[in-house]
Amino acid sequence: MNRIGRHLLSIDDLDRASIERILDRAESFDEVSGREIKKVPALRGRTIVNLFYESSTRTSSSFELAAKRLSADVVSIRSQGSAVDKGESLKDTVQTLSAYDPAAIVIRSPHAGAAGLVARWTPAAVINAGDGKREHPTQALLDVFTLRRRLGSLDGTNIWIVGDVLHSRVARSNILAFTQMGANVTVCGPPTLIPREIEALGCEAATTLDQLDEADVVYVLRMQQERMRDSFVPSLREYAERYQITTARLRPDQVLMHPGPVNRGVELSGEAIDSPQALIGAQVRAGVAVRMAVLYELLVGAPSLAAVAA
Amino acid sequence: MTENTDRLFHRPAEPAELLITGAHVLDPRAGLDEPHDILIRNGQIAELGEPGSLEAPENGDTLDADGIHAFPGFVDPHVHLRTPGQEYKENLETGTAAAAAGGFCAVIAMPNTDPVVDEASVLRALTDTATRRASVPVGFLAAITRNLQGTELTEMAELRDAGALGFTDDGKPVVHAGTLRKALQYQRLCGGVIALHEEDPGLSGDGAMHEGAVSARLGIAGIPSLAESTMIARDAALAGYEDARVHFQHLSCVESVEALEQAKAKGIRVSAEVCPHHLTLTDDMVRTLDSRFKMNPPLRAERDRRALVAALRTGLIDCVATDHAPHASHEKEVPFEEAPMGTTGLETAFAALFTELVLPGELELDVIVQRMTEGAALYGLPIPRIEPGQPANLCLVDLDARFDVGADGYVSRSENCCFHGRMLQGKVLLTLAAGTVAFRTPVAAGIPAVH
Repeated sequence: MNRIGRHLLSIDDLDRASIERILDRAESFDEVSGREIKKVPALRGRTIVNLFYESSTRTSSSFELAAKRLSADVVSIRSQGSAVDKGESLKDTVQTLSAYDPAAIVIRSPHAGAAGLVARWTPAAVINAGDGKREHPTQALLDVFTLRRRLGSLDGTNIWIVGDVLHSRVARSNILAFTQMGANVTVCGPPTLIPREIEALGCEAATTLDQLDEADVVYVLRMQQERMRDSFVPSLREYAERYQITTARLRPDQVLMHPGPVNRGVELSGEAIDSPQALIGAQVRAGVAVRMAVLYELLVGAPSLAAVAA
Repeated sequence: MTENTDRLFHRPAEPAELLITGAHVLDPRAGLDEPHDILIRNGQIAELGEPGSLEAPENGDTLDADGIHAFPGFVDPHVHLRTPGQEYKENLETGTAAAAAGGFCAVIAMPNTDPVVDEASVLRALTDTATRRASVPVGFLAAITRNLQGTELTEMAELRDAGALGFTDDGKPVVHAGTLRKALQYQRLCGGVIALHEEDPGLSGDGAMHEGAVSARLGIAGIPSLAESTMIARDAALAGYEDARVHFQHLSCVESVEALEQAKAKGIRVSAEVCPHHLTLTDDMVRTLDSRFKMNPPLRAERDRRALVAALRTGLIDCVATDHAPHASHEKEVPFEEAPMGTTGLETAFAALFTELVLPGELELDVIVQRMTEGAALYGLPIPRIEPGQPANLCLVDLDARFDVGADGYVSRSENCCFHGRMLQGKVLLTLAAGTVAFRTPVAAGIPAVH
């Protein structure tokens, strides 16, 4: 029985029950990650292709580890040095890789909708590992997983997402996932980096940290250097002045998160990163178990949780 | 103002000898809206008569058009025929065949080819090819600036002598007001309407769709409506100052309609066109991330669509233009942000407007028919009329026939049609262009099978 559909392209593909099902599955896989032999035979003999058109450390490595811990054979392809570099189109690359009969293709692309196109061109299950600035659904799932562990439930919690919302796929997937799980989401950042009509996603928008006190959770986004060049912010100094999350701006009971990699001293102060209220390390650890759960739910979807971790 | 007929080019063909019986003739300009026999002799409309009253010409066909509508042939003031240089997308033969299949009896081609039509030699080669390959008459616009760079003017007077109907840098705006001003001044010497693709690149940036709730959701950079409307306001002011004649291409948003209204109210000599896709679709379609819905200007919001329909009804927007923009499938089968801008439109223009606007009661059929022919007058061409003594420029349309767009392929060389897969109603059965049969359905004229 497979309840989450054939692909994972968007958080919109998942209702609350599906998200909970994946997270429950991830809990059992997390237990596996604590063992000395961190492997289960669930995907033995099956092939997972990781196709990354953008540099990525944590997403690609955690997908690779997740597949290996499920005993799958893994092929990881990066655009650099591959046929992609020689001008091969996405369609041809996907059709070529599909000839190896993979069970799943994990794709990261700088362009919105790339994962959806791949799903049209391959019989394999497709997992969106980031498509342009649109979505990064497994990041949102691991963030919900981490928060659920910390808070028990997201129902009624106030979550602030702070920073460059305009260019963030993490923000988009997280707004959808957090609200799906019952949280109230506010996005906050310089007016140049808050998309017009973002409220249509079901969140509120703020341009100062004045009301940050409302937040139970402060989720900070990465601020990229190149945004200065394009005049979205006049300087990183001015950005940090107004929007950097520091321990002084946080109450000790507010939970702090960040999808990584962090620009220490830009969007987050060093002390905030190292403070006990930061869940950044827990987010990374959750990545493997949650991606194992996604692969498992898409490819096996076994009826009982007990059968998996046993 | 019909001095420009000699600036249309097509392949000579045998003049039609034909009797069409019992067609419901709808030609609002001729005041006709009832069944007639239409006798065509030597490529001219010889006679109109009561149904059953006219005799077939010697050696001529008779078409039983009972229950079929006859409209004056449509004129499309904005198509991309991709010749020279991009014949893998479209050429003069396939593009004009697609036009004929859509009921068009004349089209006006844009100069953003490779090379750009910015020299008389390029234009002469094109008009020469058209006289051998075009199945409906084609008029050509030449570039305003060399290589569409927006800096140096083309030899506009020589291009006019070589047959240019007018000028445009379509696909790109003339960014510098000073450059456009000089072109408008020079128009006094050489004539020719100057048509403008209005877009402030500082506002559109690397946008790939309308800026709004959908672009916020998809994380795709947006093109705000005011990228278009502020340029319309600027260029209307320039045209007013220089008493020039300008035409605004493919209006897409309510703010542009307002800017146009102000310009016309001041008596500035401006006109405007709107595309079937902007009249019938919104940016909501882009949620599919199907690159067929990527065009410039982009599909906008419902309030924009409604404002465009209202402006077309009143005639504030003068005419319909398809902006037929073919692209090869390998160019469009890429992620949305990577895909080139443009949709084909010649084969679906009438059916899309009939199905999406006339059937639901948003716009009247006679308005559509008028606006699909009016583009001719803007470029100094005669508007086709179903009247004795006129050259045969008309189309026969079965308003009851439905078709699944693209199911039987396309006449155009490309298949990037934003109406692909839609069930549309109103099928063109026959097109007469410049007195010759330019298109005839494979099905015998009569009522074709309803798919």
